[in-house]
Amino acid sequence: MTGSPYNLHVRYATPQIMRQLMLALLPAIGAHVWLFGPGILVGLLLCSLFAVGFETLVLLMRGQPLGFYLRDNTALVTAWLLALSMPTLAPWWLYLLGAFFAIVVAKHLYGGLGQNLFNPAMVAYAVLIVSFPIQMTQWAAPAQLAAHVPSLAEAFDLVFAGQGALSPDAYTSATPLDHLKTQLRTGTPMPKVMGQPLYGQVGGSGGEVVALMFLLGGAYLLGRRLITWHIPVAFLAAVAVTASLLQWHDPAQHAGALFHLASGGAMLGAFFIATDPVTAASTPKGKLLYAAGAGCLTVIIRAFGNFPDGVAFAILLMNIAAPLIDVYTQPRVFGTGGGKP
Amino acid sequence: MTRPLYRFHGGVHPAEHKAESSGRPIATMPLLPRYAVPLRQHIGNPALPIVKAGDRVLKGQAIGQADGYVSTAIHAPTSGTVLGIEAQAVPHPSGLPDLCIVIESDGEDRAVDYQPLDWQHLDPSALRNRIRDLGLAGLGGAVFPSYIKLNPGAAQKIPTLILNGAECEPWITCDDRLMRERAEGILRGAAAMQAMLHADEIIVGIEDNKPEAAAALQAAAQQLGLAVEVALAPTLYPSGGGKQLTYLLTGKETPAGGLSTDIGVQVFNIGTAYSLYRAIEFGEPMISRIVTVTGHVGQPQNFEVRIGTPVADLIRQAGGELAGASGRLIGGPMMGFDLRNDAAPTTKAVNCVIVKSPALFPAAPPAMPCIRCGECARACPALLQPFELYWYARARDFGKAQGYRLFDCIECGCCSHVCPSHIPLVDFFRFAKDEVWAREREKEASEQARRRHEFHQFRLEREKQEKADKLAAKAVDRLKTVETGAADPEAERKKAILQAAIERAQKAKADITPKNVEGLPPEIEQEIADIDARRAKLRETAHAKDEDSE
Repeated sequence: MTGSPYNLHVRYATPQIMRQLMLALLPAIGAHVWLFGPGILVGLLLCSLFAVGFETLVLLMRGQPLGFYLRDNTALVTAWLLALSMPTLAPWWLYLLGAFFAIVVAKHLYGGLGQNLFNPAMVAYAVLIVSFPIQMTQWAAPAQLAAHVPSLAEAFDLVFAGQGALSPDAYTSATPLDHLKTQLRTGTPMPKVMGQPLYGQVGGSGGEVVALMFLLGGAYLLGRRLITWHIPVAFLAAVAVTASLLQWHDPAQHAGALFHLASGGAMLGAFFIATDPVTAASTPKGKLLYAAGAGCLTVIIRAFGNFPDGVAFAILLMNIAAPLIDVYTQPRVFGTGGGKP
Repeated sequence: MTRPLYRFHGGVHPAEHKAESSGRPIATMPLLPRYAVPLRQHIGNPALPIVKAGDRVLKGQAIGQADGYVSTAIHAPTSGTVLGIEAQAVPHPSGLPDLCIVIESDGEDRAVDYQPLDWQHLDPSALRNRIRDLGLAGLGGAVFPSYIKLNPGAAQKIPTLILNGAECEPWITCDDRLMRERAEGILRGAAAMQAMLHADEIIVGIEDNKPEAAAALQAAAQQLGLAVEVALAPTLYPSGGGKQLTYLLTGKETPAGGLSTDIGVQVFNIGTAYSLYRAIEFGEPMISRIVTVTGHVGQPQNFEVRIGTPVADLIRQAGGELAGASGRLIGGPMMGFDLRNDAAPTTKAVNCVIVKSPALFPAAPPAMPCIRCGECARACPALLQPFELYWYARARDFGKAQGYRLFDCIECGCCSHVCPSHIPLVDFFRFAKDEVWAREREKEASEQARRRHEFHQFRLEREKQEKADKLAAKAVDRLKTVETGAADPEAERKKAILQAAIERAQKAKADITPKNVEGLPPEIEQEIADIDARRAKLRETAHAKDEDSE
């Protein structure tokens, strides 16, 4: 039996926190459908099915209460974050592999919910981009630039039956981050690259709107006090500062702060992935350090690495450092000197 | 007067449930046929019983005296006969029985002749001893013997006296009612405390959900002409925690592991101040206190309850348990505990009895894994990281748990209260503390046993050696006498036997190798060396005497 307190008052129980997270992702998903076509829905559905399937399987193998753990919605959140990090219209087995690495390897092999060292969705993303770079960079083109926007039925066909008659060039394009990298390698000057229609206003046609929606969802989480300001603010500030420094150093080779903030997974990472409490640093000071490190690494990997986006690797690298950061940033305990607690 | 308040970190605001019992005046419990007064009611050593079965006692007569420094006396709640000193159910989280003095009431309720204390003229130390003998202990929860806290210490001064009327636990209203109804007594007690501590100021801290109590105290202070500052603090649990209230009112943090007196503050519950007033004005020992009976009962109310009253009788007086009652709590829901046996008597510590029902206190949902969300750290008034503590307590890594300052946890329950995964965090911390204490005790006990064993071994060896020495010396003496005699065959035979005996003795001596004297702590080695030196000296003088006598 348990002792006091006998009156619990929980604002959001863990399953509800997860539901709120999913709710906060909806605006970005809606924007994605609007701007890139309904393809993302196929990815979300497949990832969810595979993730819950793997979760069920592992829970059965581990002899843990199924209903109890499935109701916590954590597998679904992982699935959605993974689907939102992957290119839409990827082949079905890519989602399957992703879900396997996220749920089985990154989550349950480490001990299940709350025990994982690395963010499961980011582990899956990292495995996939390293193993299948071609499939992982075939992103759906923004509707206004694409020769053809696949319908939902076509999207299912593409995912399950492969490309068939439809040429991938008709509906995919490189992401602005990817495109920028290749263009700069061929010696195209920065202003000319940025002038192309793919880049939209600041961070990529379509992508910048989705990023804005992630920001909106993040604001909702902040408002509901489901995340604290430390991680998103430090992450985005570090992205902006690092990008500005690089641009100031060599404007011909580096895009500016706004571009970096609005493109790729920066916003998704800042509000939904770096804030994963299980794998992030947990003290206030620690969160700032952790997120600043992740933001800084994101831009550095984007600028000098081989992969188009750096958010996943940056967060995984900082995941490793999080426990140590926590050890060195323990807050002062009441009555141990210092000013106001 | 508006005093700047300092908001402490964290805290929670649980549903207050004060209105159920705060509306009715304090009622007096009728005399009961039997009382059981536990010997262990305060922090420190339990009282030593000074009555035996069959003794007649009067109301207010001491039946147990303070045993040592941190201890205090207990008294008979009414007149009657001592039935015995028996192990009985007591209100304690462990549910284990403890010794109580059981008194059968004679129905007359005759009191001893109470002698008011001439506290303004008594020698301070004598006054404190009288207060100890009147059984005064803190009524706020810790039940620390009051006479110790009334000592101004080496500095002969504790500048700030805080009266704790915050009563931050939900449901409890005994302090609220006491302040409303007996404000003058409280302040008279406080004035005596101020004089004894040589305090410059008296601050009463009250949560702002008790405006009537604050108004009553203010009015009483005016009437008495006593400079008392009544500070209304925002209702936020645990503002009534000693350290939290001190910080709230003064902005000073009680050092971790230290006392509030380290920062010039002494905190007393308002109920304790009232009891001190009764003690000095009327010479009345602490034989009753106010108890809130609330929850799923017929008529929630506060009662003036004699110490030793069975909880069952108390609940009956409050209209009895309603249908569907699912248990009883002693104390508030945040820090209280389940009472398994309602025959248990009230003590000086029992401020509230709550009858539970599934509707009022739904069972906690099953715990889910910790996701390190940090809600607990944001709620912790001690500025701990409960999720880290939990991690280590659960893994039984108590060293690490202490590194994360396990012992600065005040067990207020805020972390469990807000945990999205419904983890009973405080239970883990209590468990970890108990384990650490148990291990310390075990270590101490085994260390003592080891020392005893080693000394025993050493003593055996020493006795063996002494015996051998004695035998050898005797044989040498005998040999000498034989040698001086004539060389007859008989003497020769004796000599041979003696020679053999000497050899045997020497051999035995050589065989004795000291054991268990390696690797001893230096103080024991020193002790052995001292003993050896003394014995060598003794032997020398003995030899010298032998030589003299020859």
